[in-house]
Amino acid sequence: MIQKVQEYTRRVFMTAGALPRKKVRTKWFARDWRLYLMLVLPVAFYLIFCYKPMLGIMIAFQKYNPVKGMWGSQFIGLKNFTDVMRLSDFKPALFNTLWLNFLGLLAGFPVPIILAIMLNELKAIRFKKVSQTLLYLPHFLSWIIIGGMVLQIFAPKTGVINALLLKWGWIDKSIPFLTDGPHWQFTYTLVGVWQSMGWGTILYLSAITGINMELFEAAKIDGANKMQQIWHVTLPGIRSTIAVLLILSVGQMMNISFDRPFILGNPQVRDYGDVLSTFVYRIGIEKAQYARATAIGLFQSLVGLILISTANFTIKKLGEEGIW
Amino acid sequence: MTEKTMKMPAAGIGKKRKSIWTLPQIILAFVIFLFSIACLLPFVNVLALSLSSKSAILRGAVSFWPVEFETTAYQVIFNDASMIRSLFFTILITVVYTLFSMILTILLAYPLTKKRLRGRKFFNLLALFTMYFSGGTIPLFLNVVDLGLIDTPWALILPGMLSTYNMIILKSFFTALPHELEEAAIIDGANDFQVLMRVYIPLSLAALATLTLFYAVGKWNSFQDALYYIRTKKEYQPLQLKLYNAIQSSAKSAEISAQEGMGAVELATKTSESIRPATIIFSTLPILVVYPFVQRYFVSGVTIGAVKG
Repeated sequence: MIQKVQEYTRRVFMTAGALPRKKVRTKWFARDWRLYLMLVLPVAFYLIFCYKPMLGIMIAFQKYNPVKGMWGSQFIGLKNFTDVMRLSDFKPALFNTLWLNFLGLLAGFPVPIILAIMLNELKAIRFKKVSQTLLYLPHFLSWIIIGGMVLQIFAPKTGVINALLLKWGWIDKSIPFLTDGPHWQFTYTLVGVWQSMGWGTILYLSAITGINMELFEAAKIDGANKMQQIWHVTLPGIRSTIAVLLILSVGQMMNISFDRPFILGNPQVRDYGDVLSTFVYRIGIEKAQYARATAIGLFQSLVGLILISTANFTIKKLGEEGIW
Repeated sequence: MTEKTMKMPAAGIGKKRKSIWTLPQIILAFVIFLFSIACLLPFVNVLALSLSSKSAILRGAVSFWPVEFETTAYQVIFNDASMIRSLFFTILITVVYTLFSMILTILLAYPLTKKRLRGRKFFNLLALFTMYFSGGTIPLFLNVVDLGLIDTPWALILPGMLSTYNMIILKSFFTALPHELEEAAIIDGANDFQVLMRVYIPLSLAALATLTLFYAVGKWNSFQDALYYIRTKKEYQPLQLKLYNAIQSSAKSAEISAQEGMGAVELATKTSESIRPATIIFSTLPILVVYPFVQRYFVSGVTIGAVKG
């Protein structure tokens, strides 16, 4: 028994250099087979549910026939792509994806930074904790629930916002938050900010905690007031976090979730609210044009991959740790 | 704890402890209060709507307190057998999915922390690549069709079982544990499975709890997979899909009645106005009940993930 244990520990800890090369090559599997056994299920998962669908991308280049399957269908080059580009819905969906993401970034990016700085300056601990609990809450709700609430709250006449504004006499007729294109884009952006602002503070708060306290002391001794401390110590202290998150969001411009535009959208605002993810659903699932929908998805993935690689490259150029 | 340590220096100097509520602090607290109350008010409104009478809602009289209080909407929901069944189905799916997900995540994260493992870089890349490139929704959908999972509960469980992001969180947590523990266990005769079960897992309970919650909440809230994969079988519709259908049908009926003008009264009596808010509250309640207790685990998960995102 003891001999066996000794043999095992010797195998595990012996560096490759200390053993004759040949012996090492035959022993590593005997030593680590349990680790490989553990990997079987996760690797099987990746192969079946991630890499096998990647093979399915080839139907983007086919005249796909579900009966013949992707191995039997005829290849037609880039025809699906050119067809999709010619669809009247494609350009608006592409534009809306970029535009709504841009609006979300413009309105949503600064809010968590400001909130985090304010929360950090707050001295009442209990009050701060309760506020944070409330601020994080929207992040835990599904977009279906949020969408349902939005439809209630922003409804014309019966919705609480319109009802209150009418009652107070601030407006004469209800604002079409959900039925007029530009208004809808405003509502969409506002709800996005509402959902993510609290959760977004977490990373900034932990970055602020990482700032050396002596810097604040030094600033105080130099006569800096609170605003000057925030401007000259806090903000520079979280600058790299801000930069990395900003660049990453720019890298995600082509990606848009499905749930939010799908649940908030309605036929009246199609021209303003249709995005690539909902477009793919309409073409691919509702109309069952699998090849065309796959082509849109591939186009989106490739542009997204280029954007995120550029973002990663930029982050590294700035001397920060990249995402890969 | 923190309050005590904050008080200490002032007491030590012998000054009277000053109140923290200076004017700037009050203004600051007020602004933060506005932000946080903005996160709460929508719920209060929807809750008030769900407990109000139809005529009060149609008048636009309900804001943050029920008008002409009634609980009929909840009675309708609790008498709707399909709603209750969907609730239990969603709980079942969430539990099974979370269990599978955790097993896979641990089984992948643990070997990948072992520097001695041959092919570690390859397995790592295999996992990481899926974060940045995927087949896209339609090939994923066709894959599920191909595997014969459409309209089965497995379509909601299997395809998204493993999140690479969560795996990275666990991996960085495992890596941070002192590896002398493993060496000691191996000297005591433990093999890799035993080291994992008796050393790593007991020491990572906090991280494991965090990931369990990430998976569970993600599944509870997921909607797209149900919309894509549950095409005809009503009994396999999770709560989110049911909620979506409820929202859609009442939105449609309102639209139709608004367009056609006539028949509006008829439709309005059919779909009571408080059902939709009550359904929203019904499907939010499970989250709201556990949320205050588990919130801190989520926060720790985000910060661990950021260290090596």
